[in-house]
Amino acid sequence: MTSFAAAAGMGAPVRGRALVASDGFSARYDLDRLRGVFSRPDHALAGQSYVGRILVLDAAKGGVATAWMLHEMAARGIAPAALVLNRVNPIMVQGAALAGFTLLSGFDVDITRAVPDGAEVEVDPLADPPVLRLLG
Amino acid sequence: MRLTEEERALAAGAAGPARQWAIGHQIAVGRYLGAADFVPVSQAHIMADTESLGEAGVAWLERWAALPETDRQVRIPTITDPRGTDFAAAARLRQQDWMLALERRAIAAFQALGILMTDTCINYQTIMPAVRGEHMAYGDTGVVIYTNSVLGARSNFEGGPSALAAGLTGRTPRYGYHLDAHRRASLHIAVRDTPRALHEWGALGALVGRLAGDYWQVPVLSGIDRVPGSDELKHFGAALASYGSVALFHMVGITPEAERLSDVADPSLPLRATLGAEDLATFRRGTDRGAGEAVDVVVFSAPQLSLLELRDLAGLLDGRRTTVPLLAVTSPQVKPDADRMGLTARIEAAGGLLLAGMCFYQSYAREMAEANGWQRLATNSAKLVNILGGYGYRPVLASMEACVAAACDGRLPS
Repeated sequence: MTSFAAAAGMGAPVRGRALVASDGFSARYDLDRLRGVFSRPDHALAGQSYVGRILVLDAAKGGVATAWMLHEMAARGIAPAALVLNRVNPIMVQGAALAGFTLLSGFDVDITRAVPDGAEVEVDPLADPPVLRLLG
Repeated sequence: MRLTEEERALAAGAAGPARQWAIGHQIAVGRYLGAADFVPVSQAHIMADTESLGEAGVAWLERWAALPETDRQVRIPTITDPRGTDFAAAARLRQQDWMLALERRAIAAFQALGILMTDTCINYQTIMPAVRGEHMAYGDTGVVIYTNSVLGARSNFEGGPSALAAGLTGRTPRYGYHLDAHRRASLHIAVRDTPRALHEWGALGALVGRLAGDYWQVPVLSGIDRVPGSDELKHFGAALASYGSVALFHMVGITPEAERLSDVADPSLPLRATLGAEDLATFRRGTDRGAGEAVDVVVFSAPQLSLLELRDLAGLLDGRRTTVPLLAVTSPQVKPDADRMGLTARIEAAGGLLLAGMCFYQSYAREMAEANGWQRLATNSAKLVNILGGYGYRPVLASMEACVAAACDGRLPS
């Protein structure tokens, strides 16, 4: 089984299907949170649903709103299952901490190139070190 | 993280459940980001519009607001970013009753927590600017980048929950831009042509932000040939923070930590790019996806306008009449001055609408677009252009003069 160790993680272990792009992530800038889809026209995942998916993206982008929005999305059940980033900013960490959201970041490789889009993966922030595993 | 005796007591619940949650949240964030300990902060600034909070976030705040007063009040001055409406103009914006009801609940909760409802993203111009070396827990990326870069104070991006936690505990995890080591430049950009207009400063911020790419990069700019004003640095910083998620920049000879390039950059730091007027013009044209099309709405916001920007806007509107909605947004601190000095009357005599205490993109922008039939939006804010594409708008960046012309003629001048 191929696995990728992360520098840091939080939240509970989850399994699911990866939605992957070499693009950034901001809940305010990139999402239509009512419909559960990427809505920024020039985002690599524009039009795709993120609900229940393990998002594997490059870097945290944008402003501070994501710190609240992860909590709001999770409360309505229209949220990703986890967020996996090459580079995180404090807002993603703060938002994940409030929402009890699964977050993993910081890899030796470009994680958006290492994980095939649509792959079944397991994200385990409780492992030492935290890890993303390719299943199947 | 190393915890003091007081911090361990907070974590054990000795000062009530709100502070227990707050310190626990801060420890989780600090551990993730490698903080060794906490640093005391003198102010907190909370971004918490109800579009971001939602019903769940407001109910979460109300839980803390229902605690006894001694358990719920913030320990340091804690102020707020713009709200999601200007109640006096909500009907004209076609905002819905449920939005206003949610806003009223959030405001009541914040007031119960002892938070000062300043409702502004330009507190560094209007409330109390931070002092060099002062540690803060600021939300709103534009506030953080201006405070770090122009004032030389120290803050990370503190999202609403973390800023509230800092207000409740009086401290924040010591990582990132609280530390000297993180304030060194990581990329060098030379500027060949110093921007003149505010939208050009925003365009420069956007381009540098794209080059920087993430929160941990610190750009240093050389070649700026005059000292920019506060509004110019406001637009530059807001765009840089928006496009790059950047929290600190230096300008050689201008910002306080970079009297010389060598003050912030190692000799080995390579020149990453040189940007000139043609780059700014190319960026601006790139935002204009519907060149020649009619404009639905003109917005001056993000950041809120200063008194001087409102003076310029009023001057451009004198003797003219708008044919499409023109919205200008300022802070509750500037608005009374604008009223008293006749600026509001001049803007509104031309058909404009001056709003206070909100910010356009934080005010249910998607719902306003649908209710008012707004798609093509002209603005001189590069930050607003960056945000609104995801909300269903087709925004275009233009000068304040061109935006006013668009509001009067229905189209941007060619």
